[in-house]
Amino acid sequence: MISVTIEKKLKLYQGRQVLSVKRQFEAGSVTKIYGPSGAGKTTLLKVLAGLVTPEKGLITVDDTTWLNTYAGINLSPQKRKSGFVFQDYALFPNMTVLQHLEYATEDKGWINHLLQLGKLDKLTDHKPAHLSGGQQQRLAILRALAIKPKVLLMDEPFSALDPEMKTELIAGLKKVFTELNATALIVSHNPQELDGWADGELYIAN
Amino acid sequence: MDLSPIWLTLKLAAITTLLLLVAGLPLAWWLSKGRSFFKTIIEALITMPLVLPPSVLGFYLLLAFSPQHGVGKWLEHTFNVQFVFSFQGLVLASFIYSMPFMIGPIKSALQQLPASLAQASYTLGKTPWQTFKQVLVPNIKPSLLTAMVLTFAHTLGEFGVVLMIGGNIPGVTRVASIAVYDSVERMDYASANTYSLILFGITFLMVMCVFVFNKYHAKSPLE
Repeated sequence: MISVTIEKKLKLYQGRQVLSVKRQFEAGSVTKIYGPSGAGKTTLLKVLAGLVTPEKGLITVDDTTWLNTYAGINLSPQKRKSGFVFQDYALFPNMTVLQHLEYATEDKGWINHLLQLGKLDKLTDHKPAHLSGGQQQRLAILRALAIKPKVLLMDEPFSALDPEMKTELIAGLKKVFTELNATALIVSHNPQELDGWADGELYIAN
Repeated sequence: MDLSPIWLTLKLAAITTLLLLVAGLPLAWWLSKGRSFFKTIIEALITMPLVLPPSVLGFYLLLAFSPQHGVGKWLEHTFNVQFVFSFQGLVLASFIYSMPFMIGPIKSALQQLPASLAQASYTLGKTPWQTFKQVLVPNIKPSLLTAMVLTFAHTLGEFGVVLMIGGNIPGVTRVASIAVYDSVERMDYASANTYSLILFGITFLMVMCVFVFNKYHAKSPLE
């Protein structure tokens, strides 16, 4: 169970606004996050990962406090180890597909399993510059899964995939999420993308 | 023809580049992360040699490390080290004088990398140092090469600052740029021409190497 109560000031071109979220996410659930651009969807994911600190907030994951601004507790991203899929993929240009996964984990069996899941097992020695947009996005997802995270934060993770690949990948991800008992928060602009998979929704308004 | 000024210059440039690489990388990384008034002061001090007359820097270094005064006196008494009119003095002066050429390109390159690269590494459980070593540095290689070549080439061409702190002692502090000046003073244009041609050739080759190596990585080879 993830419990989140945060307030974070957002600096926008039009002025300032406050991102305010109070919500609980069941362990193993998948939640779709949606809302207009600039509402703070990515910021929410970064706050959960420990990459951005809110002015006020309390985040607990199971029995562990990740953030308590009132008690001065703020676990580093390294200690939270949440799987994060960035909107721009954030792939390392100097590393091959295999090196990306080896950087995240030493578990060879898990790496092979992920490579097959993302259909990248024939491209292990390719660097991001030599992958298509869809392949890059799949690599970003696999890298986030490589650490076997309990919390997965995915920012538009399927935007560059063709419908067939998306359906196939989502079917594979469902199994992996169940296996890991991972709680996933997925930002998506596509209304139907997570139909039949997401257990809940979170709308973030401007 | 005495070639010792050329060897001395190459030795000085190599040592300065190596020392600045070791010290400059972490310093540039620190400067690239966020802003503060203290960082602005440090950055301004590092940039000063770009605009300050070399003789001014040399004059203050001469005063600071003179064995008759404060720091210089203490260094000589405690460690038996003398910076004035010695090769180590040239290294110190070159280190300070070439600092902006090493730190500037590295800092800019680190700032241009998307913040999400380091963030992705942190979420995988990697420390800032592991991230710096395995993600950030390998992705700024062209700028790193540019910084090293600029530092090396700039050290080859130093004149004012090395003359002030090192003087013109053959085999010890008489670097190529001083040898050119000295030869012209003695009306020995042949030697001046040889030293100058060698310096020109080395720097041209180095800049060419950067252009060729960085051809596929950077929009401008010296960016």
